[in-house]
Amino acid sequence: MNAPVLRLSGFGKHFGSLNVFSDVDLDVMAGDRIAILGASGSGKSTLLRCINVLETPSEGRLEIDGDLVGEPSRSGDMRFSERELCALRQRVGMVFQQFNLFPHMTVAGNVAEGLKTVRGVRSQKALERAVAELKRVGLADKAESFPSRLSGGQKQRVAIARALAMDPEILLFDEPTSALDPALVGEVLGVIEQLANEGRTMLLVTHEIGFAYHFATRILFLAEGGIYESGTPDEVLKNPQRPITQQFLAEHRRFQF
Amino acid sequence: MYEWDFSPVLAEGGFLLVGFRNTLILTATALSGGLVVGLLLAFARLSHRRWLTVPAGIVIEVFRTTPPLVQLFWFYFGLPIVLSIEMTPFLAASLTFMIQSGAFFAEIFRAGIVSIEKGQWEAAKAIGMTYNQCMRRVILPQAVKRMFPSMMERSIELMKTTTLVATVSYADLLFQANELAQKTFRPLEVFTIVALIYFVSISFISFLASRMERRFAKSGEFTP
Repeated sequence: MNAPVLRLSGFGKHFGSLNVFSDVDLDVMAGDRIAILGASGSGKSTLLRCINVLETPSEGRLEIDGDLVGEPSRSGDMRFSERELCALRQRVGMVFQQFNLFPHMTVAGNVAEGLKTVRGVRSQKALERAVAELKRVGLADKAESFPSRLSGGQKQRVAIARALAMDPEILLFDEPTSALDPALVGEVLGVIEQLANEGRTMLLVTHEIGFAYHFATRILFLAEGGIYESGTPDEVLKNPQRPITQQFLAEHRRFQF
Repeated sequence: MYEWDFSPVLAEGGFLLVGFRNTLILTATALSGGLVVGLLLAFARLSHRRWLTVPAGIVIEVFRTTPPLVQLFWFYFGLPIVLSIEMTPFLAASLTFMIQSGAFFAEIFRAGIVSIEKGQWEAAKAIGMTYNQCMRRVILPQAVKRMFPSMMERSIELMKTTTLVATVSYADLLFQANELAQKTFRPLEVFTIVALIYFVSISFISFLASRMERRFAKSGEFTP
């Protein structure tokens, strides 16, 4: 039995007296692809952001490959040292809804930045690696462009390449297609699907339920401040057992054709 | 009708040139020091540690709200009396204008830094950067572009404020002009030429600055 790549236990986040989620237990094994669904405000983005501590979790244990990260503190949220955060975030890559590319760097510069600044890789080497990553997302010809010249779909693919360049063990996607024109969603999902085929470990927060069904090995449905229902896509999406999940999916099916 | 006669002034042109050179030296010193002081004050004010934010805030407010002439007198006349620290006019003036312009630069830096979207911080952190790396590689380069126009404005203001050093006998352009006016009895001509020197040099700097701004706009960063 292999150890999980990511293990959350008793994981929780609250803002003051507002409880976003609590008692989340989750084991993510290498190669797992987990889609996190739920209504807006159900805490799915917050859960994802607590995993790489862009949001500071309040309680519980966070383990990457068996390494415990952070420690509980008596005053509110957990405590993390800058050193362990930097190490954690290199192992857990993230792709944002709003891309957040660095506008003052070229596309290749964006992808090479982590290698250069964080890993201390020589500029030339880092750029070579950046171009290789851009090839994987089909944008090698845009290496010298600035992000402002790209479409939303292209920006998001660059953001994926930027995360990949750090060789993360886990990739987090926070609604990667929600800010895109419908016509551009496909190219980004295509890249994510390709990563799935490579066997990467990924967690995806999304509203694209159809994609979640095809992509995920496991679905987590969040409601009522925690994991409300989970299982394989067939179990959760085709045959939901609990009322909020059923209602949520019915809403989504209303305008299907 | 007043008869303009520039010839006695032009004959002593070298006198003014010395002053102009000293003005440039003082401005450059105060400016480069002021940028460093400003950046440090801005970082201190943005920090989460109260023992840094409070003193930084006090320095910034005191130097922004008191007349530069008074500040100069504190440094040049006040410090020798109170702390027996003697300074040359140049040193006193450099220090005064460094801190004074630093206080203004700090507010410009701070405003520029906070204006950068939260997503930029998050993206930088998400690839494993430390706070300092985020600041240096991602936030400041973008902030500086946004701050550039107000920084140029402030620098021009600084160059003109340095004329106050004439009051502590530093031989800047204005001081030299005063001397020359008394020597030639042609104050109107002397000060017209001085105004012209300021006009030409500051216009030239503004021209360079606007060209740089256009270059910045081209290199990717959208300008709203």
